Amino acid sequence: MLDDLSSQFLPSTVGGLAAGAIYALIALGYTMVYGVLRLINFAHSEIFMIGAFASLFVLITMGISAPLTGIALVGMLLLMMIVSMAAAGGAAVVLEQVAYKPLRKKGASRLAALISAIGASLFLQELFALIVIPEVFDTPGRNTVPVPRIADRDVLFSIGNANIRTDHVIVIVAALAMMIVLDQVVNRSRMGRGIRATAQDPEAAVLMGVNIDNVVRLTFLLGGAMAGVAGMLYAFEYENLIFNVGFILGVKAFTAAVLGGIGNIRGALVGGFALGLIENWGAIFLGSEWKDVTAFVVLVIVLMFRPTGILGESLQRARA
Amino acid sequence: MALTLTLSACAGSGDDGNGGDGGGDGASTVTIGFMGDLTGENSAIVIPPRDGAKMAIDEYNAGDPDVKIELKEYDTQGKPEQATALVAQAVGQDKITALIGPAFSGESKAVGAQLDEAGIPSISASATNPGLAENGWKFWHRVVANDNDQGPGIAEFLTKAFSPKKAFIISDDQEYSVGLAESVKASFDEGGVPTETDKFAQTASDYSSSVEKIRSSNADVIFFGGYYAQGGRLLKQLRDANVKTPFVSGDGSLDAQLVTAAGAPAAEGAILGCPCNIPSADVEGALKTFYDNFKKATGNDPAIYATEGYDAATAFIKAVEAGNTTSDKINEFLSTVEFEGVSKPIKFKENGEPEANDIFIYEVVDGTVTLLGTSAEATLK
Amino acid sequence: MKGNDVTNNDNGTATGNGNGNGVKRSSNPLSGSMDRMRDWWAGAPQWQRWGVYVALIVGALILPAPWIGAFMSPDNDWTTVLFFPIGVYMLMAIGLNVVVGMAGLLDLGFVAFYAIGAYSLAYFGTEYGWNFWATLVIGVAITAVSGVILGAPTLRLRGDYLAIVTLGFGEIVRITANNTDEIGGARGITNVPHPPDMFGQKFLFDPAPYYYLMVATIVLAIIFSRRLEISRVGRSWAAIREDEDAAELMGVPTFKFKLLAFAVGAIIGGLAGTVWAGQANFVAPNSFPFILSATILVAVVLGGSGNLPGVMVGAFLIAWLPERFREVQDYRILFFGAVLVLLMALRPEGLLPSRRRRAELAEGTGGMGSMGAEVAGPTSDPDMEVSK
Repeated sequence: MLDDLSSQFLPSTVGGLAAGAIYALIALGYTMVYGVLRLINFAHSEIFMIGAFASLFVLITMGISAPLTGIALVGMLLLMMIVSMAAAGGAAVVLEQVAYKPLRKKGASRLAALISAIGASLFLQELFALIVIPEVFDTPGRNTVPVPRIADRDVLFSIGNANIRTDHVIVIVAALAMMIVLDQVVNRSRMGRGIRATAQDPEAAVLMGVNIDNVVRLTFLLGGAMAGVAGMLYAFEYENLIFNVGFILGVKAFTAAVLGGIGNIRGALVGGFALGLIENWGAIFLGSEWKDVTAFVVLVIVLMFRPTGILGESLQRARA
Repeated sequence: MALTLTLSACAGSGDDGNGGDGGGDGASTVTIGFMGDLTGENSAIVIPPRDGAKMAIDEYNAGDPDVKIELKEYDTQGKPEQATALVAQAVGQDKITALIGPAFSGESKAVGAQLDEAGIPSISASATNPGLAENGWKFWHRVVANDNDQGPGIAEFLTKAFSPKKAFIISDDQEYSVGLAESVKASFDEGGVPTETDKFAQTASDYSSSVEKIRSSNADVIFFGGYYAQGGRLLKQLRDANVKTPFVSGDGSLDAQLVTAAGAPAAEGAILGCPCNIPSADVEGALKTFYDNFKKATGNDPAIYATEGYDAATAFIKAVEAGNTTSDKINEFLSTVEFEGVSKPIKFKENGEPEANDIFIYEVVDGTVTLLGTSAEATLK
Repeated sequence: MKGNDVTNNDNGTATGNGNGNGVKRSSNPLSGSMDRMRDWWAGAPQWQRWGVYVALIVGALILPAPWIGAFMSPDNDWTTVLFFPIGVYMLMAIGLNVVVGMAGLLDLGFVAFYAIGAYSLAYFGTEYGWNFWATLVIGVAITAVSGVILGAPTLRLRGDYLAIVTLGFGEIVRITANNTDEIGGARGITNVPHPPDMFGQKFLFDPAPYYYLMVATIVLAIIFSRRLEISRVGRSWAAIREDEDAAELMGVPTFKFKLLAFAVGAIIGGLAGTVWAGQANFVAPNSFPFILSATILVAVVLGGSGNLPGVMVGAFLIAWLPERFREVQDYRILFFGAVLVLLMALRPEGLLPSRRRRAELAEGTGGMGSMGAEVAGPTSDPDMEVSK
């Protein structure tokens, strides 16, 4: 046991951080929508999926077949990121218009919105399995679609027995950078103030002249864009996509959001990394098949002692 | 109940085959079902045997026999619950006389007793779970060796080729995967080769914890029990982490998609065992004829279990040719049938298992899956 | 089932408007005709109601007839389809309705109880050779306990926290079953015992006896959950659903009643699992995916959360439509998803909502909390306003 721990701890930590970075980025979308609308955006996992396939589309369109280096690599990564953000952000806004806005206008229960979200989620998955993947990516719809490699996976440096590779660094740095940008947008900009105001007290926000529809749209746009980045990083790191790739990651990311304190942007960051690490550390002792169970058990334990997650809902409001 | 005139105006996608209209005018028809995952996630393993079976039946019908055979397809998407209802439909409404399938072990388990009760003979081309033969089902058969043959076959070959001091056995958490991994592990245990194990969820995408376990075990050979989608991903992440240990898997990973999922450089040298005999362009004799005809009929190279599907259908065809058109008689005939199939000599044991249980070894060479020979004869390229 | 009628029941609640005319009808023709039916029902005398009950049961008994099946399920054996998925989904929906519809607790892991029920029968039946009925009782007890075990640590959580924890519970149960060799692991358990012969009916592979067993179970579950709904327990659940804090202040022991809701829901879900396993003969972890929890929740909400007939209609449609339209095989889930979005946009309260839920919706304070209802502001649809 202790042997396993000493030999596997550091390498597992690196893997956990890379996985956690992606969880955290997806978790942002859940948390922001929840903060503003008190709604589990169940179809958010499919927004992520759209972002991931958008990146693959870029690679195929640009005809990438061999790894790139230097400025070409950076340029390609940026291009993938922009396209993925646009595709996923746009899809999230459309999703809001189609699946949530009519319900919002009717004052429907959040349960009805959840069902609408499940419907949208199934629709998008099947749309990809039946039409998009066969037509655009020329692969049978329910098969795994390989993503070409765009960067060699060289070992940059080692910490103890853990080798840190280029791809790990790119994923973790990119995710952190995007989260800082988002945090600044929400906390500093005028639009961000609208989001925070709505999250704290929607009625007062309306009275203060905040246009709720715009705030909701912006929330979905930003959350979707983050999911797009996550999708791009996922495609880059794991190099395989499938129509239901979003499902399990969505569940994990939502767990991460709750773990950190749903509605709390920094909580999503903490929750995401915590979840990635807990899963990988747990696997050292229990075996990798218990990863998901470990994640959920830790969630239950944390919620028993801190019913609003690690960081709480403090940044927005504690009205549950 | 066995002889059905093809008057049934069958709606739905289940009705393939061209026997529908031509069979009128008193010419009788025997309906045989094909059941398996035709549109689901693992359909790549079921479509080739379906094509093989269809080809055998088309060839037979083209000879204008007295009794035509109609093939009716049932798509379970690999789900046991679906199979239960479809068997009820096939037996109750469509009055099938015999069944090729179900393709997978899970669905075979779910409907085996049901088919036995109804007295419908079945031959599976691809269900390899060893437990299936132990239920005392009188109407159940398969033309493929089970995992208890596959495991030792693969372990024996690996011991010979690598003389490993330690082996790492890993699988995902699906039924087939776990069963095959356990069978290989048991064979290594018997041969005195120490093993370490790990298992991951089918839906997982990050295998870093498994990769680290494998690395720190210092094993000489990795056996993966599971399908190509997960196998490809694992192989890629292993090679990316600079773990160069030989990677070995079973029939579920024997597909060109293993190479696409892992990437050609990572997949190079991967070894795959299979109770199936997949002809490639350079084969000779009966296999070559099969290869050419299959290519002509479907436009594709024969893939996994195509020959077995063809042989399963041929066993039924021989029964019908011998004048057996009822389920009982066909089943009786199967207990004595003996012929040289394209995959292997076909003869059933009393419990429905095939007599021939050769395991074939394949290797990924220059990005394509290449047959090396049976596990006893094969040597690495 | 002594005909304590719906209006009676509504009188005692905070938001109910007493008589059925409190809520203005929307102009939607679909909801219009359904509402008329409901009004008739509310005013129907005892004998007419009993007539309807008898007609429904007779209808259920002749339902497997081949001429009905020829239309309802041309590609698949109708009686088998009636048992699974239709019957099983209905029974599960009745169980989930207790948790979601009555007590207002969002449960995304309901499949766990179904799995535990099925596994109880499979394990005790094959390991100890226990009889179906004995195991049924044990299985129900085990699921009730598991409901309490899940509930005790988590029911202090509110709303969406509860949702994710229940989802996790469902996955924990499935993954644990999948990785525990004592109960067959991924291989599952084969040769699960069928129920013993009853009334001269043999329980083998003919689906008909199972179907009748299912009908009987569903009728019992309906009576059970209906009796609870109109009792003190049901009123407490309603109070908790409307406003948990207020209920607590008024002296309702909310934690105890929430736990009870979980246990009752678990019992019905476990019952569905046991009866199913008795027919299926084979249980494996793959039969209990998260998507099944979601599907049953969809059935409950689509039909009209909190209203038994609605919930059952919802479950029937959800189970039957994909079977009926097997010829569009590939596209059925695509359509299913689109229809869910559309239906929720047109009729978010479900096809046959409970009166109380309609009233809540009109006030913009659903028991589940409304999604940004406060956001809609003064421009909200005047049709939905409550006439005071």
